[in-house]
Amino acid sequence: MEDATTTARQGEVRREIDRVYREESPRALATLIRLLGGDFDLAEEMLQEAFAIALAAWPSSGIPTNPRAWLITTARHKALDGLRRRSRFEEKRQELGVLARQAETPTDDDLEERIFGDDRLRLIFTCCHPSLAVEAQVALTLRTLCGLTTEEIARAFLVPVPTMAQRLVRAKQKIRTAGIPYRVPPVDLLPERLDAVLCAIYLVFTEGYAATSGDELVRRELCSEAIRLGRLVCQLLPGEAEARGLLALMLLHDARSPARRGPDGELVLLDDQDRSLWDRQRRAEGTALVAEALRAGRAGSYVLQAAIASEHARAARAADTDWRRIADLYSLLLQIHPSPVVELNRAVAVAQAYGPAAGLKLMDRLEARGELPSYHLLPAARADLLRRLGRTQDAAAAYRRAIELASNEPERRFLLRRLSEVEGGGTKP
Amino acid sequence: MEYMLLLYERESDWQALSEDEKGAIMREYFALSDSIRQSGHYRAGNPLHPTTAATTVRVREGKTLTTDGPFAETREQLGGYYLIDAKDLDEAIAIAARVPGARTGSVEIRPILRLPPK
Repeated sequence: MEDATTTARQGEVRREIDRVYREESPRALATLIRLLGGDFDLAEEMLQEAFAIALAAWPSSGIPTNPRAWLITTARHKALDGLRRRSRFEEKRQELGVLARQAETPTDDDLEERIFGDDRLRLIFTCCHPSLAVEAQVALTLRTLCGLTTEEIARAFLVPVPTMAQRLVRAKQKIRTAGIPYRVPPVDLLPERLDAVLCAIYLVFTEGYAATSGDELVRRELCSEAIRLGRLVCQLLPGEAEARGLLALMLLHDARSPARRGPDGELVLLDDQDRSLWDRQRRAEGTALVAEALRAGRAGSYVLQAAIASEHARAARAADTDWRRIADLYSLLLQIHPSPVVELNRAVAVAQAYGPAAGLKLMDRLEARGELPSYHLLPAARADLLRRLGRTQDAAAAYRRAIELASNEPERRFLLRRLSEVEGGGTKP
Repeated sequence: MEYMLLLYERESDWQALSEDEKGAIMREYFALSDSIRQSGHYRAGNPLHPTTAATTVRVREGKTLTTDGPFAETREQLGGYYLIDAKDLDEAIAIAARVPGARTGSVEIRPILRLPPK
């Protein structure tokens, strides 16, 4: 009897420790890296040791009231012990001095929420330093800030685990050897560096949102991690409208998720989605953030993209969409961020607002310039307009071209269905 | 930390400049060198003669092979260097961005690998 209750209690403590590990380790890590002079590996190693000690001690002593503070203090003492043991080496002496001085300073202030926030901000700017390759930035961010395991990240990006492990090792090595500082960049560097951070977060999101292959669960997790990171940056840098724009953009896209797949996993286009399935809370939050960001003044690229998504979110039915406003927003976006993909999106909006002929003219211009030669969405969008103009033969040719270029299975299936519709004279299969 | 700034540029671009233009750029380099000397970042720095003056040496199976110029035709050539002392990579990047050649060519930043004292 007693054994059974003890086992049950231990199981409970074990689960509680797992929860603490999941929730607290990224924050604890961010602070430890700073306390240990920017050494990612040492911080990770010491945190692991602190958790090992916790696993042994907490079942009998109970979980401390501030487990994060406990973990940080324990990990730091471990590091200090390790350095003391090695301190006979001349080159370690200085390091020891620095750490000992830090250890003497009262820790209460260190452990305040504000400091934790600053440390996580330091961590994200270091992980997304432009001297690291973008794939490395993304991997390191997911590993250290989100606490995802190497295996989880590898699965999400469809690369072998050893490849991902190597990528992480190299990134951490570069932070150390190249002298990438563990800090929030000064004001003059902030815009450029914040761009890199937002870009990495958005990449995490689009990887989870756009791709249709791979483990669905892991992909959903990427989207929610990206949103969580977006929230973190907004909370830590409340004055940055673009950060708010990115968060809004991700929320508004994520809100559509439940309506994006049909019963057989096929892609359902925005126009055909059952809007009652959209997540109301995310939609409301995203729309409110856009309004706030637009009031803040000159809108950047994330704010404008979010404003476009928010126009879609506001329309109760596809037919209620304000396409003229969307076309205008795309024009603004094109001014600050010229790109053929944005041009294509604008052409689609123009077609909706002013008729298929107007949109087709813009798309033909894009194609004549030889832009987007291997982008399947250009022939797909052209095919749609040609179909609506009754030019079925041209439409079929464009659908075939799009099918040739499309690499993602649900999208191919969708295009094949459309092709058979125009070839069959518009009857649905 | 010590960093090597390796200045790469297309030699043909430099040769195509007029004497006045070359002089103006050289004055910019002198000004940069003076400025980073005063700020305590400067350790060393020099321009290099063009690759037409270069010799490449290899030793294979005990034999010394000497050839003219760099082995492969690359788009940009090493044209000079700075050795600097900077607090961290961001400080090194800020100095590299002030190198006149960064506007037309590129500056590669390489941290110096310090060997432990014997």
